[in-house]
Order: sequence, then C-alpha cells, then structure tokens
Amino acid sequence: MNLAAAVHLASAPPVPHAQHGFLSPTGVEIAFLLVGLVTLGAALVTVTTRQLVHAALWLVVALGGLAVEYLLLTAEFIAWVQVLIYVGSVVVLLLFGLMLTKAPIGRSPDADSGNRWAALAVAVAAAVALVWVVVDAFRTTWIDLDGPAAGTTEVTGTFLFRHWVLPFEALSVLLLAALVGAIVLSRKARADADTTPAVHGKEGAR
Amino acid sequence: MHLAYPAVLSALLFCTGLYGVLARRNAILVLMSVELMLNAVNLNLVAFDVWLSRAAEETLHSGQALTLFTIAIAAAEIGIGLAIVLAVHRNRGTSDIDKLRDTAEGPEPEGPDAEGPGTPAAEKAEASA
Amino acid sequence: MTTTTLAVLVPLLPFLGAAAGLLLGRTEPRFVRPLAVLPPLASLVLAALVAARQGGGPAIDAHTELTPTGSVPIELALHIDGFAALVAVLVAFVATCVQIYSTGYLREDPRYPSYAALVSLFTSAMLLVVYSGDLIVLLVGWEVMGICSYFLVGHYWETPEARAASLKAFLVTKLGDVPFLIGLFALATDAGSFRITRVLGAVASGGIDHPTLIALLLLAGVAGKSAQFPLHTWLPDAMAGPTPVSALIHAATMVAAGVYFIARLLPVFEASQAAMTVLAVMAAVTMAGSGLAALAQDDIKRVLAYSTIGQLGYMTGALAVGDRGAAVFHLLSHGAFKALLFLAAGVIIHAAGTNSLAAMSRMHGLRDRIPDAYWTMTVALLALAAIPPFSGFFSKESVLGAAEHVTTGHTEHAPGAAGWIVLVAGLLTALLTAAYATRLWLLAFRGRGTEAPDHGRQPLTMTVVLWVLAVPSLAFGGLAYRSLPGWFDGRDLTPTLLTSILGTGLALVGGLLTYGAWQRTTALAARTPLGAVAAHPEGDAGLVEAEAIATHQPAYGDIAYAPDPADPARLLLGPLRRPAAAGFHLDAVYAALFVRPVQAGASLVRFLDREVVDTYVRAAAAAPRLLGAAVRRAQTGNVQTYVSALLAGTVVLAVAVLLVATGA
Repeated sequence: MNLAAAVHLASAPPVPHAQHGFLSPTGVEIAFLLVGLVTLGAALVTVTTRQLVHAALWLVVALGGLAVEYLLLTAEFIAWVQVLIYVGSVVVLLLFGLMLTKAPIGRSPDADSGNRWAALAVAVAAAVALVWVVVDAFRTTWIDLDGPAAGTTEVTGTFLFRHWVLPFEALSVLLLAALVGAIVLSRKARADADTTPAVHGKEGAR
Repeated sequence: MHLAYPAVLSALLFCTGLYGVLARRNAILVLMSVELMLNAVNLNLVAFDVWLSRAAEETLHSGQALTLFTIAIAAAEIGIGLAIVLAVHRNRGTSDIDKLRDTAEGPEPEGPDAEGPGTPAAEKAEASA
Repeated sequence: MTTTTLAVLVPLLPFLGAAAGLLLGRTEPRFVRPLAVLPPLASLVLAALVAARQGGGPAIDAHTELTPTGSVPIELALHIDGFAALVAVLVAFVATCVQIYSTGYLREDPRYPSYAALVSLFTSAMLLVVYSGDLIVLLVGWEVMGICSYFLVGHYWETPEARAASLKAFLVTKLGDVPFLIGLFALATDAGSFRITRVLGAVASGGIDHPTLIALLLLAGVAGKSAQFPLHTWLPDAMAGPTPVSALIHAATMVAAGVYFIARLLPVFEASQAAMTVLAVMAAVTMAGSGLAALAQDDIKRVLAYSTIGQLGYMTGALAVGDRGAAVFHLLSHGAFKALLFLAAGVIIHAAGTNSLAAMSRMHGLRDRIPDAYWTMTVALLALAAIPPFSGFFSKESVLGAAEHVTTGHTEHAPGAAGWIVLVAGLLTALLTAAYATRLWLLAFRGRGTEAPDHGRQPLTMTVVLWVLAVPSLAFGGLAYRSLPGWFDGRDLTPTLLTSILGTGLALVGGLLTYGAWQRTTALAARTPLGAVAAHPEGDAGLVEAEAIATHQPAYGDIAYAPDPADPARLLLGPLRRPAAAGFHLDAVYAALFVRPVQAGASLVRFLDREVVDTYVRAAAAAPRLLGAAVRRAQTGNVQTYVSALLAGTVVLAVAVLLVATGA
C-alpha cells in the first residue's frame, strides 16, 4: 500500500533525501522531538487534568512549546505572534473566563463528562488513522532548513503586504465584528438577567 | 528535518484536542481544547509552508499567511466563545455542556392506546380546576 | 289499443302507482289511498281485458331488444298464454282486494304510504313475472318480490320478531335464488336464449344437455320462493307482517311465483325423470309435514301459513305428475280462498284482540261480533278442506286425479312413482287439511267463556272485500273446471269419481275426528284459564295485530305454541304436538347444521383477525415504536455525544475512502 501516491502533492516532486534516516537524527530534529514531547504531554495534561486552572496553565506550556516548534521550523514571526496572542492574551482570557464562571479551584471530580470513553475511542481511532496516513505519505519527505529562513519578519511582511493585503484587511473587519459581537452578547445577557430573573431561574433549575 | 515529525505531532495534538472537546464537561475547557486543535492545524500549515517554500520555490507563503489569519480568527473565536459561555453561565448558573440539554427528547409520551381514555380525564380535570 | 300494449300496462300501472306513492306519500297524504287502490284496479281491468282477448287461444308473443347484452341476448319479451292471462287476473284481483282492505286495516298506521307503495310494487313485480317472456326479466320481478317481502314482512320493525322474520324471509329465499340464478344461466347457455319460447323449443328438440342439473338448480329457487320443504321455514315466521301482506304473499304473489315458474318451464323439468321424482318427494313431504304442523299451531295466522305451504305442496305435486293445468287451477282457486282466509283472520284478530286460538276458544260469541268474517271464513275453510261444491274441491280433485292418472302408467311425462307419492300424500293431506280447518273454525268461533269484547263494527272496506272474495271461493271451481282446459293444456280437469270419493271421505273423516276430539277437550277450557292476550282494542286492526304478535311469546313462552289442554290437537297428535308446533324443529336443525357452524366459523375468523392478524399489525407498529424509543433514547441533548457520533462516522468514512482510493 502506498499512500504517498494517494496523498499526492502536485507541486512537490519527490525529493531525493532518502539518505536522511530516522535513526540518525540531526540536532534540530532532536530538539524538535524533545520539545514536541513536552508539548504533547502538556496538551494531554490540559485535556485530562481535574484542576481547571491547571489546565489553563498547562495550555500555556503546550502553546509555548508550539511557539518553540515554529522557531525550529524557521518561522520566527509566527512564533512571536503565537507567544503574543495565545500565551499572552488567549490564555489570559480563558483564565478570566474560568474566574467569571466561578470555576472551582482545586480538583473537581466531574471535570470529565460521561462521554469520556466514547471520546477516547473516537480520538484514538482518529489519531491512529491520521498518524498512519501522515507517516505513510510523508515518511520520506525532507524539509531543507538550510539557507535563508522561510519566516523571518522581513519575509513575512513582504508576502503579507504584497500578496495578502486584501484578506488581511478583511480580517480586520472580521475582528471588529467579533469585538462588537462579544460586547453585544455580554451586555444583552446582563440585561436579560436583570429584567426577567424569574424565567431564567426556572430555566436554570431545569 | 523530516516532515513526518511536525506532521505526526500535529496529528497527535489535534486528536488530543479532539478528545478534550468531546470529553470535557466545562465549556471553557472545551474552548481550550479547541485552541489545541487550531494550533495543531497551525503547526501543520507552517511545516508544510516551510517545506514547500524550499522544495517548490513557492514564494506566496500561503501556509504562514493562513496561520496568521487562523491565529487572529482564533482570538476572535475565543472572545465570542467566552462571551457566550459567560452569557450561558449567567442565565443557567452553570457552564457544564452536558447540562445544556434543551434539545433532548422528553420522557416518552403515552402511546395511542393509553391516550384515548387518558385525554378526556385530563381535560375534565383541567376544566374542573 | 293492442293486446300487447294492454299487457305492458298491466305491470306498469302498479309500478307507477308505487313510484308516485313513494314520492307523494309524505307531502300529499290525501293522494295516498287513491294511488294505492286505483292502479291495481286498473291493472285488474286491463288484465281481464287481456285475458278476454287472449281467450285461451294461441300465446301472444312480443319482444324487443333494448340493447345488445353479450352472447345470450336479453329481451323485453311478453309471453301470454292461458296460464299467464288467468294468473295475472288473479294477481290483480287479490292485490286490489288487499289494497282496499288495507285502507281500513292500516288506516291509522303512520307508515301506510310506504306500505301501500310497496304492496303496489310487489304486485307489479308479480305481474312482471307472470307476463314476462324472458327469463332474466322474470328474474328481475322475482328479486323485486324478494326485497318487497323483506320490507313488508318487516313492516312492524319495532318488534324483534318482525325484524328477524323479514331477515329470515329474505335470506332463505335468497338461499334458493343463488342456485336458481345459476340454473337460469345454465339453461340459457344450453338453449342459447333467455326467451321462454326458444327455451321450450330447445327442450322439445332435445337441445338441453344437462336437464337434471338445471332442473334441480331451478328447483332450489322455486322451493325458496314457494316455501317448499326444506326452504319453507321462512313462511310461518313471515306472519309477523301485517295480515294483508300475508294474504298477498300467500295468495297471489311470491309463493305463487315459484309454482307458476315451474308451470311455465314444465317441459324442462319433464326432461328429467329424477327432477320430477325429487319434485314429487318434495311436494309429499311438504304437504304431510305442513298439515301436521298446522294442526298444532296456536297463532291463527301460522295455521294459515302452514296450510299455504300444504296447498303449495298440492300444486308442486300436480307439477310433479306433469299436469300444470291442475297446478294452475289449484293456484287460482287457492289464491281466492287463501286471500279470504287471511283477510278474515285479520278481522278476527282485530275483533278478538288476540291472535291466539287458545285465547279465542275461551271467548264466547266472537262469531256474533263479526258475522261477515264468520260466514266468509266458513266458506273459505270449506274450500280449503275441499268439500264439494266449493272451489277447493274441484281444484284439489284435479290434482289428485292427475296423480291417479299417472299411477296407472298412462303417461310418458312423469314417472309412476311420482304419481303414487303425490296421490298418497295428497290423500293424507286431505285428511289433515280438513282436521286443522275444523280445529281452526271450532276454536275461533265456538269458544266458551267470557263474552268477546265489543269493538264496534269492522270497517266497511274490510268486510266488503271478504264477501267479494267469498264469491270465487264458493263458485269458481264449479264454474270453471269445464272451461279451463281450453285455456290450459287441454287436459280434462273434471274430478274423477274414485279420487273424489276418497278425498272427500277422508276430509269428512278428518273433520269428524277433530270435532270428536274437540267435544272431549272443550270442557277443559273453562277449568284451565289461559292468559288472554291483551291489546289496545280501540286501535286500528294493524296495531292490534302487531301487539298480539308481540305479546304471544311473553304470554305462552313460544311464538307458535300454547300449552292448552283444551286444544283438540292434543288428542289428535299426542306426543307429536309439541314438535309439530315448532315446525318439527327444522329451524333448530338448520341452526345446528348451518347457523352454528357459520357462527363458529365467524368467531374463528374473528379470533384469527383479532388475535393473529392484528398481532402482526400490532407487531408491525410495535417494532417501529421500539426502534423509535431506542432512537429517542439516543437524543440525549448532549452536544458532545452528537459530535462524538459525527466524528466517529467521519473517521470511519475517511478510512473507508482511503482504503477504496488505495485499492486495498
């Protein structure tokens, strides 16, 4: 069975780097693997821990690990954006969210729902399928990391403002819409809570 | 570097996030898991972009551009998502996903056999009340 | 007007009268009585005219084909020979009498308009049967009579007896009509035509392939219509209808149709010796059995009903010996005196307030209250008992004479055995007939006990009719037996000496025996008071009769029988009396043989339907319901479950697509 033929990439002629075996990793690979293990471990702890705040903190580790992986892949601008936005703001937002929803501090026994085992089965099946496909398809593909970096700030600025200006501007509109939407959602909910508490109490009790 | 490393890591992270989405009870934890899935995709995009920019002399860098867009959209998503969760929490007093079962099928209604005699009695009771 | 036009008008006028009566009955009550009486009267005049023009000469045939109807054509055909002309006169005569009588009998009945219209329709149907030259057209009249009898017998449908009787009359006659219809088709297929003349021509040339089968099938229909054994059981129960209806059914229409039909198609029956023998046996059993049953009945009308069955037995007996002249002769004279008997019985029931002979025998002076009915009934009973010189004597002797003629083996039409069977049974029945006629007369008019209630004079319309009918009962036989052969087949109808002496002697013996028995038992009547049936004496006759019928069963425990020790039948019949009253339990036999198996089958089918078929149906419904419940259980409302299922499916699909794409 040759999945490489199935998952054929049009603009990617097979690169003759078959001499790069998996048993003789380069330094970058070793670093990538180690950081990747840390990232994966942090991610696993994030989705399994019973302490909600710890989950957010382990998420910081996982996202930071990903930023390091971006760096190793020479995409430095993305790495800094990752650190800035995810680690800096998203996780903070999540922590605020936990705080505002009065998430319990410490171990909460019911962090996982009854759907856990079905979820595990689905996730494992998906993982096996994906890893199998990916490995089968790309086991011989080699990324040449030598030469000029592919994602320096200069390169990023060049392609972003040369080729991707219009989507970039459209994205700003989307962000604005999301901002307005978030505000509206929060305020409207509060107004509802003030005017018709009886209804909500009844529904909440359901 | 072998492309398999980032690709496999991405797949495993994605499935981890998938498990979290399906298994976590708290909505904010579900959002965290969604972030994990998004980041897995981002890693994929970056790795393939780096590979293609070298192997195929591709200068458009669409993978990195899409990664940036994804990060931005993820930020917006987390904002909206948290707003929704907060609204639900205010309204329902909980942010547990498996307690939000408004679409659930109610208890099994009476069959057509039991309905005949039951309905008039119920109506009568209502009328007398 | 040509004779054909007149003949077409004869059945048409009562039909139009019936239609008009049904249409106008509610809105214009004053037209109802003229509409009821005048069409049969006009029909009578026209039928008499037709008879006079036909005059016993060659048969009048006319036909027209309305539309092609397939391989065997159906035509509107007239076939008027001497039989048809005279029977039509009788039918119209009796129908007119009955209509006139009914205006008095049912004068306060709220359903009189529909009743009169149905009687007219009945008459019209019978006239159609009489005149029709086409078997299918005849069948139309035949079936219309069936439905009319259903409605008229069930006239007092408020009472359960009337409802049951009407259903029974309809179903039993229909039971015979099914083989009748098949027989008609077989006959027409063999003969190639439904026209009676062509059928008879085919018979004469030997063109009928299955004479026995056809004759037996037709015989079933005739037995049903003419109340012959074993399909006679509907007739006694049909007494639940008003008395004029009984008179009409018993005298001229319905029961006469069967005899008339055989008389028309007698060559078909003669083609099969077996059928003639079956006919003879049927006639003999009918005659003797009905005579015994009539002797035991308590209801005056049921006595007359059984006597009708017996007299019809005489007619079929005459047909069994191949003499249709004698049969139709007896049909004519019987029509007159039986109509008289029933109408007089209606007067008696009205006057006495009861239909029970046991109750009447405890009433003094009933004959003084209703002298018209007394005298005319006496005449009719003498005619029934075949005492010379009443008309019944001549017609009955012609039947016996025909039978005796056959026994000597002079004829090729009928087997000698049939002659013997008919002769012996006929003589025995003569004895029984005289016995029950005497018993009826003695119990009804010679009762001792309290004075009969006085309800005033009977309506003139009722008494005049009795006298009108008494004339032919008295004189028709004696006047007609010489001229009738010219109308019929030409065979002599003069009574022979031997059978006359035998028949009359046996009749006298029967009468005297009954008188003797009555002398001995009548003293007991005073000692055993029997619940006289009460009714509203001031009501009209129809109401009184309906109440009398309805109260007979509660008073005596049986519709036909009264445990009266003063009844001469107790001495005459001995232990036979109880079964004879119940019609020899033939109904019970039928119930055991047919009704109960059918009911058991019905309950079996019901069980199969409810418990077996419905189980499948319910299971078919339950399975989706269970599935639905299972699916509903899956609808937990938990979004995570949904997404899990969705993603699991996605994984499965993706793997499947991969495998297919890589050709694994």
